[in-house]
Amino acid sequence: MTGDPLRMLLGLLTTFAPLSLVAVGGANAVIPEIQHQVVAVHHWLPDRTFAELFAIAQAAPGPNVMVVSLIGWRIAGWPGLAVATVAICGPSCTLAYLVARFDARLRRWSWMASIRRGLAPIAVGLMLATGVIVARSADHNLAMVAVTAGVALTVLLTRVNPLWLLAAGALAGLAFAVL
Amino acid sequence: VSEIPTERQGTAAPAVSRSDLFLAFSKMGLLGFGGVLPWARRVVVEERGWLSDRRFTEDLGLCQVLPGPNIVNFAVVFGSRCQGIGGAVLAVAGLLLVPLAVLLVLAVVYEQWRGVPAVQHAIGGLTAAAAGLTLGTALKTGWRARPAVTLALLGAAAFAAVGLLRWPLIPVLVVLVPAAVLTERWGRR
Repeated sequence: MTGDPLRMLLGLLTTFAPLSLVAVGGANAVIPEIQHQVVAVHHWLPDRTFAELFAIAQAAPGPNVMVVSLIGWRIAGWPGLAVATVAICGPSCTLAYLVARFDARLRRWSWMASIRRGLAPIAVGLMLATGVIVARSADHNLAMVAVTAGVALTVLLTRVNPLWLLAAGALAGLAFAVL
Repeated sequence: VSEIPTERQGTAAPAVSRSDLFLAFSKMGLLGFGGVLPWARRVVVEERGWLSDRRFTEDLGLCQVLPGPNIVNFAVVFGSRCQGIGGAVLAVAGLLLVPLAVLLVLAVVYEQWRGVPAVQHAIGGLTAAAAGLTLGTALKTGWRARPAVTLALLGAAAFAAVGLLRWPLIPVLVVLVPAAVLTERWGRR
């Protein structure tokens, strides 16, 4: 960690808070931008650590957005965790609260369905981007590329619990290293 | 006109206490590995009977349009309807606090052991698998939605711009989101 802590916390806040309002369909939509900011722009974390934190968050229960809390924690300790969580959740939650008050009128607004159906493929595209970015830092050799491809195919074709796939990936990583 | 009474009935706040809100959302957060939404339906609709299935789906639709995690939005919308701002805060806190504690235990273990070569290899495999999980889930979601060709192309453009060209997200969305919504709106006519 470099620079004074207060400045870093302010940096976390100003980096994450705007992304809260463009997280189309959830946190995975903003992971590419967060990775770019955290790794390339601010040099808060190395690329590899970022990808590992993403993976650890996938292995834990709870909403995906907690990966952002974890990143804040790794960068700036407990204050970092608090600031990152509030920054990524605060703006979207405030908006949700305000919208909830106009609930009944919004429900009948004829554009709602168009917005929902229009956003869906964008959210999918951004989630794919997240997958590719994490794969790029994880897949250093053919064995790891095979793990990524194998897990992706299994998810596509079966309904296996994701936790088993993550466990299988970790075992495969260990096995390839030993062999 | 006949819809109005049911709508009123639907918007009436379910009688849910603050502690019930917190506990129910904690349960969803803790059980929800790789997606909390299925648990939200199970707890709110099936177990507690706080919302009808139809009403839950409507709420979810609203939360999907809003930015941010759908489940956190649902916690805000449902919590505030039951108990005002305090209810929203409690529902979100329930959803995040317990899983966050679990996540931090995992993270501390990772920090302690990451220097060990065997752990590094396992984490490497875990990360490769997490990438595959994200790619597979995205492809599955996209495939199931079967969007029109133009919409699929806009999704592909979002992927290419942000994932491959690494363009900044906000300008990309400022262009693509209105394009997608208008395409959807006019394409249906």
